Amino acid sequence: MTQLKKWSARPAKAFALISVASLVLAGCAAAEEEEPTAAPTATQAEEPAAVGGNLVMGVTSDPDTIFPWKATQFQAFRMLENIYDTLTAFDADLNVVPALAESWEVSADGTSITFNLRDGVKFADGSDFDSADVKYSYEAIQDEANAGVARSTLGGVTSIEAPDADTVILNLATADVGLLANLTTTNLAIVSSDDTEESLSNATNGTGPFMLESRTAGQNVILARNPNYWGDPTPLDTLEFRVLPDEAAIAAAMSAGNVQLAVFGDPITARAIAGEVTVNTTPQLSYHALMMNPSKGTTSDQNVRLAIQCAIDRQVVLDTALLGEGQVTGPITSPAFRSDPSARPCPERDLAKAAEYLAASGNPDGLEIDVMVPQGLYAGELEIGQAVAAQLAEANITMNLEVEERGTYIDRWIAGDFVAAIAQNGGKPDPDGMYGRYFPSTGNLNQVAGYSSASMDQLFADGKVESDPVKRKAIYADVSAELESNAVWVWLFSGYSYTATSDTMTGFTPMTTGSWQYLRTTGLK
Amino acid sequence: MRSILQSGVLRKTAGAFATLGGVAVFVFFMLRAIPGDAISASLGTEAAGLTEAQRQALEQYYGLDQSLPEQFFSWLGNLFQGNLGFSVRAQQPVLDLTIAALPVTFQLAVFAIILALGVGVPIGMLAASRVGKGRDVFGQALSLLGLSVPAFLLATTLLTYLAVTFGFNPNGLGYKTFFEDPSVNLQQMLLPSIVLAFGISAPIIRTTRAAVLEIRGQDFIRTARAKGVSTRILQFKHILRNALIPIVTITGLQFGYLLGGAVVIEQIFSIPGVGRQVLLGIQQKEYALVQSTVLVIAASFVIINLLTDLLYRAIDPRVRAE
Repeated sequence: MTQLKKWSARPAKAFALISVASLVLAGCAAAEEEEPTAAPTATQAEEPAAVGGNLVMGVTSDPDTIFPWKATQFQAFRMLENIYDTLTAFDADLNVVPALAESWEVSADGTSITFNLRDGVKFADGSDFDSADVKYSYEAIQDEANAGVARSTLGGVTSIEAPDADTVILNLATADVGLLANLTTTNLAIVSSDDTEESLSNATNGTGPFMLESRTAGQNVILARNPNYWGDPTPLDTLEFRVLPDEAAIAAAMSAGNVQLAVFGDPITARAIAGEVTVNTTPQLSYHALMMNPSKGTTSDQNVRLAIQCAIDRQVVLDTALLGEGQVTGPITSPAFRSDPSARPCPERDLAKAAEYLAASGNPDGLEIDVMVPQGLYAGELEIGQAVAAQLAEANITMNLEVEERGTYIDRWIAGDFVAAIAQNGGKPDPDGMYGRYFPSTGNLNQVAGYSSASMDQLFADGKVESDPVKRKAIYADVSAELESNAVWVWLFSGYSYTATSDTMTGFTPMTTGSWQYLRTTGLK
Repeated sequence: MRSILQSGVLRKTAGAFATLGGVAVFVFFMLRAIPGDAISASLGTEAAGLTEAQRQALEQYYGLDQSLPEQFFSWLGNLFQGNLGFSVRAQQPVLDLTIAALPVTFQLAVFAIILALGVGVPIGMLAASRVGKGRDVFGQALSLLGLSVPAFLLATTLLTYLAVTFGFNPNGLGYKTFFEDPSVNLQQMLLPSIVLAFGISAPIIRTTRAAVLEIRGQDFIRTARAKGVSTRILQFKHILRNALIPIVTITGLQFGYLLGGAVVIEQIFSIPGVGRQVLLGIQQKEYALVQSTVLVIAASFVIINLLTDLLYRAIDPRVRAE
């Protein structure tokens, strides 16, 4: 759900932006745009980066913390992934690749993973990295008193051994095939065993390509090249995250050449940028859904949920609410496990079938449903709610929009206190990481999902231990099928992010995860 | 006379403290009435995954583990010792953040007021000089525009148009204080001041026009005119000076509001003033930051009001006589 926090809807400003965009588009050359790509592509990757220089990236907020284990805010998370390393990492194609662990071996039964750590790695303060740091970090994250947000990822780790300085062994209660992918999160960053949360709240000490140079609250964060970085040194001398709290202000700064890189949630703003700027459209793993609560109220009836599924034309909602900027999706958005969006009881809108389901639910004349809609969380939230409501109205389903301020929405979402909710949820490359917290009955977000079943528990248990990629894909296809055939939620579409890059820079690869990890290869021409 | 003055000052000072006390209580409880807390503001929906022990650890971290009265009196006690609290987000004392933000907002407010007065008073006088004629219609239309055009629309339009067309966007350079770079600082203050002044000048135009019309109709003006006082002296020495009280009142009020932070303008033009500080504090549910900053703003407002009262005495001998 970290993705939620990147977006911010400002309806009043949207009006202003549209006015301005019209003005700009009428008279000026707009930014060059590239077609959305299924897989991320390097921006001007063919151009070599010069060594040196200072790059400015526009961001709407400065990090709310610089301590990696507690970072969930989008900007904080993305900045910290360039300062701290994890044992494993994703490449641009979302393959799990070595990071601090140079290699690993999984035991035959999958309950033990032995990591061989990279030699010669140092923290930014010059101290050596070794297995004691990994053991210290993971055990501290497992400790509830430290409130690390990725604690549940290590929930299946029963013990951590550090037999020598270069080796770490994770012993698991049961096999967990998705663990290697889930270890990539910056919330599981490895810090020095000499550091504490207190020492890392004002300064950073990671093994990543950058280190914190300065931080001025509400204004900027400046990172400098980490001279002790184990990989190829980053081309940039410094990387400044400059806080321009409004996306329109960032666009203006890019047009004036004050900022070289920015990621936008709003396509209108991104495309209004003038000058020598390229805008890359990148599909995101996050998705928009009509979450229904199968354990509560009207939506506890499966026929009602199926009627709602059949009454919604997802493409029309996408076109209406987000000007077609996205792709209709099923539950799993990860490219390797992607759900077939049409594999569900109503592949296309079917009002006759919706009427049948309604009749089967004992509501032949229609019904009313309360739907919680956030305000101020992400772009297009209210528009999506209104578009869905308009479609349901044609199927005699009256949708009462409960528009809630961000804080109220989050409180109710956390408590599962809704019959249905318009939501944008974050996606992950591994389906177990994406839904393993929601739909197994033991998942820590199961009260939010509102649905579990014995078969679902079994599928997630099988998915955790199955190492054959083909069989694993089939397991998660079954997960997807159960979710869709029961119309647990209505998965609508996934959106895009818009990366604007000045033509003076090179080497940045936007990712479907929203990651900014390729800032380490970014430079100026 | 002296005792009257003293009692007046005492009364005003006591009133000011009572106001600040009321603001402190109001802000403290209003903030807690807003749904959510620092944990859900920071973690968002990730907070759903917290175990009970994790939540308790975070409540302790954010100081939410105390009862409301404990939190209130602890904050109040710290205030009296000059400790405004600590921003967990910025990892800095609120006092330091406010000391950095307040001069920025003060500078913006002063610039905006100077611009608004420079435009509003002459146009108001011009409008009053020919009621119902072209200059009056112009003045009225301008003030209507100032009142009705939303600041965010004007700000976004100006910012984007100038950046795209002329590549002019000093606010994109990152904020510089006057002492760091006077030239960039003045450029960065230019557009936000203009936008704010546009809105503020509207009531100033209207107030000036009404006050001038009222004074112009009075006997002493007719007498002065009969005695052959020149138009210029009549306009500035006799009419404007006597019309100043309502103008000063409206200016003082506007200045007070500006010190409260022109939140939207500071946000759009990336000006790190108190308005943005409060906004960020509310978004992050940083109670100490919001409470203390609002109290500082309220204190500034009260001081401005006191100064406005003193200014009346300087402008109008009748007030001194009272």
